[in-house]
Amino acid sequence: MKKTNVIKAENLTKMFGEFTAVNAISFDVKKGEIFGFLGANGAGKTTAMKMLIGISTPTSGKAEVAGFDVYKNAENIKKNIGYMSQKFALYDDLTVKENITFFGGIYGLSRTQIKEKRTTLINELGLQEVSNELVSSLPLGWKQKLAFSVALLHDPKIIFLDEPTGGVDPITRRQFWEMIYKTAHNGTTVFVTTHYMDEAEYCDRVSIMVDGKIEALDTPKELKKQFKVDSMNDVFLKLARG
Amino acid sequence: MSMKIIGYIIQKEFKQIFRNKAMLPLIFVLPLIQLIILSNAATFEVKNIKFSYIDHDKTSFSRALIDKFDASTYFNVTTDFSSSKMANAAMLKGEVDVVLEIPQYFERNLLKEKKTDLSITINAIDGAAAGVENVYINQIVQSFNKKALVTLIQPSDLKNRQKNILSIPSFWYNKTLNYKTFMVPGILVLLVTMITLFLSGMNIVREKEIGTLEQMNVTPIKKHQFIIGKLFPFWVIGLMLLTIGLIIARIIFNVPMVGNIFLMYFYTSVYILVILGMGLFISNFTDTQQQAMFIAWFFVVIFILMSGLFTPIESMPKWAQFLTEFNPIKFYVEVMRMVMLKGSNLTDILPQFGKTLLYAVVMNGLAVWSYKKVS
Repeated sequence: MKKTNVIKAENLTKMFGEFTAVNAISFDVKKGEIFGFLGANGAGKTTAMKMLIGISTPTSGKAEVAGFDVYKNAENIKKNIGYMSQKFALYDDLTVKENITFFGGIYGLSRTQIKEKRTTLINELGLQEVSNELVSSLPLGWKQKLAFSVALLHDPKIIFLDEPTGGVDPITRRQFWEMIYKTAHNGTTVFVTTHYMDEAEYCDRVSIMVDGKIEALDTPKELKKQFKVDSMNDVFLKLARG
Repeated sequence: MSMKIIGYIIQKEFKQIFRNKAMLPLIFVLPLIQLIILSNAATFEVKNIKFSYIDHDKTSFSRALIDKFDASTYFNVTTDFSSSKMANAAMLKGEVDVVLEIPQYFERNLLKEKKTDLSITINAIDGAAAGVENVYINQIVQSFNKKALVTLIQPSDLKNRQKNILSIPSFWYNKTLNYKTFMVPGILVLLVTMITLFLSGMNIVREKEIGTLEQMNVTPIKKHQFIIGKLFPFWVIGLMLLTIGLIIARIIFNVPMVGNIFLMYFYTSVYILVILGMGLFISNFTDTQQQAMFIAWFFVVIFILMSGLFTPIESMPKWAQFLTEFNPIKFYVEVMRMVMLKGSNLTDILPQFGKTLLYAVVMNGLAVWSYKKVS
């Protein structure tokens, strides 16, 4: 069964003045895939992601996300994607329930839909006790899981996760990846950046960016074979050190 | 659909504003304290002038003149100096504002030659105050003169007596010349302006700082939905401030509301749009609340000092008078005073209203245009 591509990028480039942050990257992401987007700090991952989610216009190159062009149809892309940024982006001064209601509301969900989703989500995350507490009072791991679920409220085709597990304990990271698997299993494409190489092993395919370019792109298994090493960690070190 | 999304944003903003326990008193209590303090303190009346004299004559006439100053509510007679040297030293130290020097033979000259000289020295570092002091002094000397003439005049002179022209002023709109009546509407303008500008300017920048603005930009929310939803709560807060301010003006300062109160609200509701547009415009070009605050201050200070609130626009240089045409606070001060004190109607304030409306359209146009979901 041939799967359709939900993200297509061709020579996608972003320059800030003289500095080339993203240098002509090309790749495809298939429907339902967990796509790991790796790279050292400053390699251009976040910039590339921002072009794909429609909040940064590319300098040149082509890209289509969920069937829409990033230049002309950025607002349509936004209806079909979810995004969870590096920075925790729920409202700290709203309660768990209020955050869910607000984000459901601005994605245009109906009142009944919001109510249903809110109940399911709170139950699944086990947040019943704290559903009326301010989000600022939750531990980081809970916050991240909540942010992930909120980003999925409107059933997007693709979810973009920018270092979702940064600063989170190993148990929560594990739970987080279980959520990612479940999401991908339901047909949602997951586009994730991370610095944890054990997480890279969980991905269907992985790309590694070095200085604005994609230097490697394949399944973790193939990459290890190609670089003749045992772990993704070593693949990364070999590439990043040049 | 569109309205519903705006509704969700408004709901969220109100929750955040009223949940912020530190912010609420800042929004509502501080401005009212300012209104009460400033309206009482910011006076143009020159009072308690430190008056001193050097009496070289020491006659009943010279004493009568000094008594006249003493009796005036404007002057506090502080010291008498024996020499002008000492008086000058005291002036230098700021101990006295005015020195009256009565020459020797003051009484004799007045009786014999029917004229004499007086020397008056005024500290004129504050030129405006010095001018006012000069007028007060002249009034007292004049009235002293008149009384002196009555005692001096011989019946034979009666025919030659010059006929005085007497002007009787009648003060309109503020009969008792109460400066508070003049200042309260103006200061109310300041409060409505400052609070709404700072709050709206910093609100969106704050979301930039926290990172939630990026999250908003990734949603399919439309620019106008976001902006209306964001600014509407501050529009309401502006009108609430006006309400509380008007109540205080009425109860504490007894400022009349001669005109139509609904006209006041109608004008203000358009005026606040100008300020909100400005706040949004500022927040679009700044990355931190600190930057936004500085820029907002920059404009507020210029707008206030060039609004005619503290200094009359008529006495500004031509180029400055031209600049005031771009000052929304000026229009609001004018309208507020016109409607509250003179009872002006919509036709009277039409020029100001037209300019404010145009300003609102331009400012919000710029703000919406410069707000970018995509960088």
